[in-house]
Amino acid sequence: MTDELNLSANQLDALREIGNVGAGNSATALSQVINRRIDMNVPKVAMVPLEAVPDLVGGPDAVVVGIFLRVYGKAPSNILFLLPQKSAFYLVDILMGKPHGQTRKLDAMDESALMEIGNILSGAYLNAFFTFTKITMLPSIPALAMDMAGAILNVVLAQLGQMGDQALVIETEFLSEDDGINGQFFLVPDPGSLETIINAVGVE
Amino acid sequence: MADLIRVGMADYKVGRAPSTLISYGLGSCIGISLYDTQAKVGGLLHIMLPDSTQARPTDNPAKFADTGLPLMLKDVLELGASRTRLVAKIAGGAQMFAFANATDIMRVGARNAEAAKKILKEMNIRLLAEDTGGNYGRTVQINLNDGVYKVKTIDKGEKEI
Repeated sequence: MTDELNLSANQLDALREIGNVGAGNSATALSQVINRRIDMNVPKVAMVPLEAVPDLVGGPDAVVVGIFLRVYGKAPSNILFLLPQKSAFYLVDILMGKPHGQTRKLDAMDESALMEIGNILSGAYLNAFFTFTKITMLPSIPALAMDMAGAILNVVLAQLGQMGDQALVIETEFLSEDDGINGQFFLVPDPGSLETIINAVGVE
Repeated sequence: MADLIRVGMADYKVGRAPSTLISYGLGSCIGISLYDTQAKVGGLLHIMLPDSTQARPTDNPAKFADTGLPLMLKDVLELGASRTRLVAKIAGGAQMFAFANATDIMRVGARNAEAAKKILKEMNIRLLAEDTGGNYGRTVQINLNDGVYKVKTIDKGEKEI
């Protein structure tokens, strides 16, 4: 198995480029759905100690909405799209055609709309992933939770924790033009999937 | 003001009154506290996984219930706790996302809670209270003045166990 800690600079670059194109696709899709420009940053690709992952999203007790998808196929992975509570509420306002500020908690319809956004983002992202790697990746139906970031991340971290103390994280931030919506999109390959992905990329 | 000592994921801390040990945002993880009322010393362990049988030797032992608890016990005893007076409380072990075909890893919260209880029993430490399960996150803290273990949630209120 590829030692997770010893990815070469070129391999990290390749992963960053895949993340970039994937997230670009996702940003375009999101932008079309909500009819607003969406900016994104250059993806961060890093090995992060498990216990430090919650700090990437504002600390373990920050309240966030998390949309989680399991990714099946040759390189099983996890997708987590995290929105600060305020952003999620604003996104629901837009999706449901409500005035800004009206959403204060999520009902079943709101949750369903947000999960659909998770679907759209993931589909767009994984398409790009396929173009680069020829690895078909199929997302599960999404699941949603609104809670403490640490608790939501547990679902991914516990899985990784079985195999090591580090997570390879490909992370992109989205920001709408009016700053009302920001979200973080994470692709976290299972430890065994990393080698498959790196080999498929063909970079040493 | 009394110290507030933060315990990270897969970590533990021990201390004495008037400190409070706190760990934020537990989902499937479990916060296991040990406390000696008389000596007013205790510890808080934040485990992620039930057991270390699949672990690699380089893994952090505080990640697992079976290897983390003995470590914390040793440190609490060194601070002057009595083995026979120590009592435990646990909280956490939620399943954050409901999937129709939940795999083993999705149910890790329940397995964590079982493992914590089993290991406490094997070590002959009395489990005084627990608040486990559900589908919501918890922030837990133990006040080393009185051993009160507080569990905070986002919209399920706050309780002391």
